[in-house]
Amino acid sequence: MRYSGFRVIAEALTGHKGWKPVWRDPDPQPDYDYIIIGGGGHGLATAYYLAKEFGQARIAVLEKGYLGGGNVGRNTTIIRSNYLLDGNEPFYEFSLKLWEGLEQDFNYNAMVSQRGIINLIHTDAQRDAATRRGNAMIMHGADARLLTRDEVRQMYPWLNFDNARFPIKGALMQPRGGTVRHDAVAWGYARGADQRGVDLIQNCEVTGMRIENGRILGVETTRGYIGAKKVGVAVAGSSSRVMAHAGMRLPIESHVLQAFVSEGLKPLIDGVMTFGAGHFYVSQSDKGGLVFGGDIDGYNSYAQRGNLPVIEDVAEGGMALMPAIGPVRLLRSWGGIMDMSMDGSPIIDKTHIEGLYFNGGWCYGGFKATPASGWCFAHLLANDRSHETAKAYRFDRFLKGLMIDEKGQGAQPNLH
Amino acid sequence: MLIHHPILGPRDAQEFVYLGDASLIDRPDGMTAGVDAFHDYLYNRTNPAGEHQELWYHEQGDRSWLVVTRNTVTHEITKVELARDVARARGRTK
Repeated sequence: MRYSGFRVIAEALTGHKGWKPVWRDPDPQPDYDYIIIGGGGHGLATAYYLAKEFGQARIAVLEKGYLGGGNVGRNTTIIRSNYLLDGNEPFYEFSLKLWEGLEQDFNYNAMVSQRGIINLIHTDAQRDAATRRGNAMIMHGADARLLTRDEVRQMYPWLNFDNARFPIKGALMQPRGGTVRHDAVAWGYARGADQRGVDLIQNCEVTGMRIENGRILGVETTRGYIGAKKVGVAVAGSSSRVMAHAGMRLPIESHVLQAFVSEGLKPLIDGVMTFGAGHFYVSQSDKGGLVFGGDIDGYNSYAQRGNLPVIEDVAEGGMALMPAIGPVRLLRSWGGIMDMSMDGSPIIDKTHIEGLYFNGGWCYGGFKATPASGWCFAHLLANDRSHETAKAYRFDRFLKGLMIDEKGQGAQPNLH
Repeated sequence: MLIHHPILGPRDAQEFVYLGDASLIDRPDGMTAGVDAFHDYLYNRTNPAGEHQELWYHEQGDRSWLVVTRNTVTHEITKVELARDVARARGRTK
């Protein structure tokens, strides 16, 4: 069923009796050409592009719980391509371009809203860094603007511009950045993949991998053994647990990142904003809630819930930037598990096991990467070589000293 | 989280800095270990879901390094030792 304005009107006139389930709920076949482990944003996007762009068939997505029940449903929905380094910026710009055409491409309303993102500047050194970053973005074909203090004041006159310690001096803006309805991304990719014959198999946890003579033959699951020519793992957050079935240890630690939403407010922030002095970022949802977050808790965790010190720290950042939110009540807080890699950048690569491929290490930047991650992983699975924009995301970059460390922190995952 | 420091008693985890897996104590010998062993030591982690031994540094306290045994699924802490004692028990001289 294609969605369109006419369809909505026709259904409205006939009592909405024509809507059907958006995807099938098939039982697993004995074997497939491709198995994608992980029915989140990245796994579903991989299956979608594998079928649509790379002409492959006999594809299954195996999901432990329900589709889109992990990090794609737990993030703060921001898209942007404001990276500095050569290994990153072309990839994220490719992703942003895919976002721009996504809804037409998969015929689903993902509410892609390019409302602009600004990174606030508080010192001269930050302005230099922001200028350099903006120039790097422009050189890679992205968009960037340096805003003066007055331009920021025109946008958000109620910010604390004259904070004694961190006055606002300007901002780096990417007008094409914005937000997307995150669940709809998973649903749109799932629907598109299902329409192209991909089996989306839920409640199917991978419990083992059958590997003989350095080659993967298939996976053991809670719904029986399933054979496959190629297996792609896209389970960021749980990468170490799944890849342990193949006897691999990864350059990744799992950390919990918390996010928050306030009660609904009248329109206050029409874009996305990051505080450059503390770690705090905020946007406003279409329902009116302020959606915001900050740092990871900082210790290994698979708990999907964090602790109070980080909540306090994030609230302090918010109050320092926007004293007006003081009376606003917090509606919800939650946590998601991040693959924190050793240099803060992801991995999309083959493994030493023939037929086994890995996609993970997204740290807390996985959501914006979803389309390009799926595309590049599908490219790797179908062609056995990396996509042009994902060539740097290799396992051996740590061995070879080719780290992509945007923050220059070194091999310390909780600092990225 | 409260960390029961072996010398100072219960302390708020906010007083500590987290480094990571306590296997970092077992640094390979730079004169004999190869590149692969160092790469594995520096970058790869077991990253278990469940019991995890990890290094915490009491920066806003007595500046001791601790080995904390903590469950990464429940955050429950079951054991806290001085890293010095753990390292010596593993044969390190200091």
